[in-house]
Amino acid sequence: MTVPLSAYLILSAFLFFLGVVGVATRRNALIVFMCIELMLNAVNLSFVAFARSLNSMAGHVFVFFVMAVATAEVAVGLAIIIAIYRNRETVDVAELNLLKW
Amino acid sequence: MELAIFAGLAAVAAVSGVLVVIQRHAVYSALFLIITMGALAGLYILLEAHFVWAVQVLVYAGAIMVLFLFVIMLLNLPREDVPWRPDDFRRILIGGALAVVLVGELVLALLFQAGEQAPALPASPGFGTTETIGRLLFTEFLFPFEVTSVILLVAIVGAMVLAKKQLL
Amino acid sequence: MIDLWWIPIWPLLGFLLLGFFGRRLRKSTVAAAACGSVGLAAVASLVAVGGLLSLPAGARRVEGVIAPWIQVGNFQADWGLLLDPLSAVMVLVVSVVGFLIHVYAVGYMHDDQDFPRFFTYLNLFTFSMLMLVLANNYLLLYVFWEAVGLCSYLLIGFWFERPAAAGKKAFIVNRVGDFGFGLGVMLLWTTLGTLHYEQVFALAPTQLPAGGGLVTAITLLLFLGATGKSAQLPLYVWLPDAMEGPTPVSALIHAATMVTAGVYMVARSSALFNLAPLAMGTVAWIGALTAVFAASIALVQTDIKRVVAYSTISQLGYMFLGCGVGAYASAIFHLATHAFFKALLFLGSGSVIHALGGEQDIRKMGQLKARLPHTSRTFYWAALANAGIIPLAGFWSKDEILAAAFAGHRYLLWALGSAGAFMTAFYMFRLYYTVFEGKDNLDPPAAHQVHESPPVMTYPLLVLGAGCWLVGALFGFPPDHGLYHRFVEPVFAAAGTEPHAISPEATLGLAAVATAIAALGIWVARAWYKTGDNPAPAQAAERHLGLYRLLWNKWYVDELYTAAFVEPIRRGALWLWQRFDEEMIDGCVNEAGEMFRDAGQLLRRTQSGYVMNYVLGFLAGVVVILGYLAFRG
Repeated sequence: MTVPLSAYLILSAFLFFLGVVGVATRRNALIVFMCIELMLNAVNLSFVAFARSLNSMAGHVFVFFVMAVATAEVAVGLAIIIAIYRNRETVDVAELNLLKW
Repeated sequence: MELAIFAGLAAVAAVSGVLVVIQRHAVYSALFLIITMGALAGLYILLEAHFVWAVQVLVYAGAIMVLFLFVIMLLNLPREDVPWRPDDFRRILIGGALAVVLVGELVLALLFQAGEQAPALPASPGFGTTETIGRLLFTEFLFPFEVTSVILLVAIVGAMVLAKKQLL
Repeated sequence: MIDLWWIPIWPLLGFLLLGFFGRRLRKSTVAAAACGSVGLAAVASLVAVGGLLSLPAGARRVEGVIAPWIQVGNFQADWGLLLDPLSAVMVLVVSVVGFLIHVYAVGYMHDDQDFPRFFTYLNLFTFSMLMLVLANNYLLLYVFWEAVGLCSYLLIGFWFERPAAAGKKAFIVNRVGDFGFGLGVMLLWTTLGTLHYEQVFALAPTQLPAGGGLVTAITLLLFLGATGKSAQLPLYVWLPDAMEGPTPVSALIHAATMVTAGVYMVARSSALFNLAPLAMGTVAWIGALTAVFAASIALVQTDIKRVVAYSTISQLGYMFLGCGVGAYASAIFHLATHAFFKALLFLGSGSVIHALGGEQDIRKMGQLKARLPHTSRTFYWAALANAGIIPLAGFWSKDEILAAAFAGHRYLLWALGSAGAFMTAFYMFRLYYTVFEGKDNLDPPAAHQVHESPPVMTYPLLVLGAGCWLVGALFGFPPDHGLYHRFVEPVFAAAGTEPHAISPEATLGLAAVATAIAALGIWVARAWYKTGDNPAPAQAAERHLGLYRLLWNKWYVDELYTAAFVEPIRRGALWLWQRFDEEMIDGCVNEAGEMFRDAGQLLRRTQSGYVMNYVLGFLAGVVVILGYLAFRG
């Protein structure tokens, strides 16, 4: 392996940064959601990189679990977005003040 | 050679990641996200994570993103032409600042604590193969593995209930 | 010997039966249950006292614990009953006189729509009173002391449709006394560590120095309770007002039984009182002063029941005088005879009121002798007995008390008592002559319907009348050595009471003086009121107008109390309510609420409800935590 671990980690951090920025700034719920996926992928990348660096398969197993949870999350999250869109005719999170009663 | 491949894939991932965030329409975001994930899948091959590579392509770039596209098309969203809100600027500023600080902290943490790791060992035989992962999943990680199935079941039921028309 | 709980159980059962099912039963059933239960209690007490008599004179004491009650640390109180000669006398008075009054009440209350409720209360009262006199410890005594107070309250206010402040007054005034009583009992317990009579009286002489402050405090506190319950100065004010209740209630509770509980309690605690000469003196003086004071008010009152009520207060004063000079047995004897003739006086008054359709003003009565033959005859006997004419009941007991005061060289007390005796004779016969003889002042519509009461009312009168004749002479002769004294005296001798020595000649002389005084009173009353047109009373009233007004207004005691206690407390309470409670307490609470509301108003701005803002907050939290993790080491 000639690529240093830190390179992977920096890429991972950058992708995570992009995810955070997206979540914090975008108003389209679907894009926000995709940015969350982006963050998950960034983390997965670190897992795999560490697994290789430490020669331990546990990282791969974690990635597997992260993916399973992400799948579940996407299914439920998209269902919620659909339900909200049916009622509000919008997926603009700035319009959604459901948390305030 | 490996470094060049890494640089290429990393550049693709980073650029398409940026594009995911700045697209005005969700469909483009989703397409760029697929590209990012594909690039990441390539990196997984570099890291000798064969099983993870397969799953990344199948589940992430395949299933999940298809689901996204499905929903986007189902909702048939217009282009995001909502007017600029007065608090958008403030939010972007605060969110961006927080994200920068966060990543700064992450990099510091990774470089100063993880960066002092010993050079990578040569991969042991069977590293990253389906067989090894399967063995691990059914021995050491059996219980989380089973719990995962419960989570998926709950997600299936929840998604069906939430997406039904009569809800709310 | 039967178990003692057979005595109070019957009225309790009657109370439960009538209380739960009284409204569904026929009137005759209610009457039978009420009278029957008290009658059974009377039979049971007669049997029990018979059993007591079969024991040797020194050992007449039966104690039985029904069930343990309270056991906390070294404190123990049981549902324990005690029958000794003292409580035997009380039990007999309560159950026998109570039974007669129950029978009478069947007739008196016959047309009342709350007939079952009345007898429910009456049975509850009888049960409580029996338990009060049978209790073997101070705590149980206290419980039933309050219970009879409750019954008294309920029965004074029996006709609750009418505005009835009297019940409340009785209750509140009694609270003052009961407060003292409660304190006394607590002090007794902290001092001796027990409330059981036997242990208290056994420990008292050794633990409490005679004449010491502690025993004086205890006895004075107990006596404060007695002044409340037994309507003595200064807490007597509730009893005249209590006459608002039905007349059988006045007879049973406010003449014969409940009001004598204070006398009983003092006599029961004689072992303690004997150790406190100061308290004894207080008891004697309060008693004597009350006797004269109440008698003086009775001289001029015109409400038939109120005259009898003041007479009751006065006679209770004699009982306390007896206790105060150490003649406990005579005091209890007077209690017993008084129960007969005062119950009779009340029932006779009730019969008159019944006959006149509710009229209570004696100025609107007169010439009832022929129309109410049984009532007038028995009332006459009772008046004689109350006045203390030989050989009726009152003579023996009152004479003993006065003789005891004389023998103890308490000549001033004796003089007060004798003055009271003169007034007693006068007001009793003023009442008798005005109501049954004198001039016919009846209102025309009432005059038309005057009729003698039904037999269910007159028979109890006749039985009580016979009691007036017999009880005194049968048990009280010769004075201080009769059957009664031989029965009861050992109780007080065991409590350390010193017998008062008095020569037979002196006894005879004092009896003669007392009789002469009573006869004089009766003679004056007869001269003034017999014909009904003698101007002497009016002239006397005019000549001493100030005194007359003073007596007519009952020495202005009610007004004094109103000004001194009721109004300040009412105003204080008003202030506490409007200023302290509403403004300060409520203000504090409201301010606290306001504070949280204001804080909430401030904090709710952070809760915009927009997901974006929560994401930013979440992110900030992650930054902080991660910062900590990154920089901590």
